[in-house]
Amino acid sequence: MRPSAARLLNILVPIKRAVDYSVKIRVNPQQTGIDLNVKHSMNPFDEIAVEEAVRIRERLKDAVKSIKVVTIGPSKSAETLRTALAMGADSAIHVEIPDSAPPPEPLGIAKALRAVIERQKEGVDLVILGKQAIDDDAGQTGQMLAGLMGWAQATFASKVEVNTADKVANVTREIDGGLEELKCQLPLVVTTDLRLNEPRYASLPNIMKAKKKPIEKLSATDLGVDLTPRLETLKVTEPPKRVGGGKVENVDELIAKLKEAGITAVKA
Amino acid sequence: PNALVFLEHRQGVIDSGSLSALTAAGQLGGQVTGLVLGGSDEVKVIIETAKKLQGLSSVLHSSSPQYTIPLPETVSPLLEKLLSEGSPFTHVISAHSSLAKSILPRVAAKLDVPAVSDITSVEHDASSNSTTFTRPIYAGNAISTVRAPSSIPIKFFTVRSTAFSPAEFSEGAEAELKTLDPVQVSDSPSEHVSTSLTKSDRPELGVASRIVSGGRALKNAETFQSTLYPLADILGAAVGASRAAVDAGYADNSLQVGQTGKVVAPELYMALGISGAIQHLAGMKDSKLIVAVNKDPDAPIFQVADVGLVADLYEVVPELIEKLKR
Repeated sequence: MRPSAARLLNILVPIKRAVDYSVKIRVNPQQTGIDLNVKHSMNPFDEIAVEEAVRIRERLKDAVKSIKVVTIGPSKSAETLRTALAMGADSAIHVEIPDSAPPPEPLGIAKALRAVIERQKEGVDLVILGKQAIDDDAGQTGQMLAGLMGWAQATFASKVEVNTADKVANVTREIDGGLEELKCQLPLVVTTDLRLNEPRYASLPNIMKAKKKPIEKLSATDLGVDLTPRLETLKVTEPPKRVGGGKVENVDELIAKLKEAGITAVKA
Repeated sequence: PNALVFLEHRQGVIDSGSLSALTAAGQLGGQVTGLVLGGSDEVKVIIETAKKLQGLSSVLHSSSPQYTIPLPETVSPLLEKLLSEGSPFTHVISAHSSLAKSILPRVAAKLDVPAVSDITSVEHDASSNSTTFTRPIYAGNAISTVRAPSSIPIKFFTVRSTAFSPAEFSEGAEAELKTLDPVQVSDSPSEHVSTSLTKSDRPELGVASRIVSGGRALKNAETFQSTLYPLADILGAAVGASRAAVDAGYADNSLQVGQTGKVVAPELYMALGISGAIQHLAGMKDSKLIVAVNKDPDAPIFQVADVGLVADLYEVVPELIEKLKR
């Protein structure tokens, strides 16, 4: 019996459009959220996820059949799909929600991703997404998706090695106090941490090419998923202001300040 | 309310983050049950200390070789069973630790409920059976007040340990111990291969009352150590690092303080050669006393520092060590 060809890898990369990490955040006057007409970009951890998918293809060549990116968000979030396509993804899915809709929660996003996965005729072997989004800092979606699918999960990944022949991946994770290595069966959900890779900038030719790559438009109803949040955001406020700016001129003054605060050397 | 608190432990000691989670659970104003998982001999040790924790009405414990190195895939089934139909628990709580924040969302999704991450305050209103939290968003540059209404039958949340003082032990307390059968998972899709923890006799970053932290200016791993460690020793401080220092390989990833690294609020945070990016401030701006040493007078760190010294850290640190010794 001819050995079956090594399973070809279909990779799905969920990404999110978020306020750019360099923006100075302002809470809006109504205290319902922050001022959103500021610069947005792809969530940095999701950029790392797209980069890792492309690097896996660079390593495994045609063992990687497809890299598909998906975002769930208002019309403008299609921009981030274009960026991902320019970085090397093959195609994209935009689950569009009304501009006025409140941002969905991780549970809603995970259910939508499950529905997207179930629509993929050739299945999905590896989902890679950011360990958290830098807007809500929730850090739950990957774990929730893995739970809903009953799949393996490897959060906070700093190294991923996929072996398509054995249908496993070795993942090194950053944990409190150090590193942990796991061997995970595919299909697998990986969430990316900062040290996984350094995302590339899309070259101009790739940006032009990306314009012709397909973006499939879907709605939550197409997926049979209700994205209405179940938690209620009552208000959003400024954090307590930290008044700093105190200056000293030399080490002696610095030590005096430490003493004032009751901080001295620990008697060895 | 009846809160279930996941008590994590390492080398026979209950994690301090779990003790903060226990304090938060107590503020719900109802019963609090601890959950301890592990290999049988370590569980025996842990439950003897856990039962003396103030605020705990009982401790559930489950032992299995599979729980010696807990994985979300092998631990979730036990939690799902414990929290399924007819379960008395109304809240599931843990520290915002790398293990617990990998497990809780997985279980919450299986039970079709949302979860709330990294909370800094909690208040339960029994009449409306709703729980209200505050939590930092946008790297702590905004604080969101979120309510989990009664329509959410089991409310999952992780606790920012710097926001709650750890629960205390008292000889008088004696929580009831109850054994829980483990749920064997024969076909776990994940397998543990190895763990490498950074060995250090310094206090652990998350609990240290004093931290000496280094940034990009520390040039390389040897200089990072030779410059900071003697100062940390004389102050009895833990050592932290900025993302730039960790990315450049000067320090281990577990030392990174920031929005997506460790969040700390010690008595003293000394930032040496750290410019103070928004994401770094998110991890340390609740410290009591912030001291900053940087050559660049415009470094953003000076805006939050209580004691700022614009100088070269390679001159300041040796002089500081010398004078602190006297």
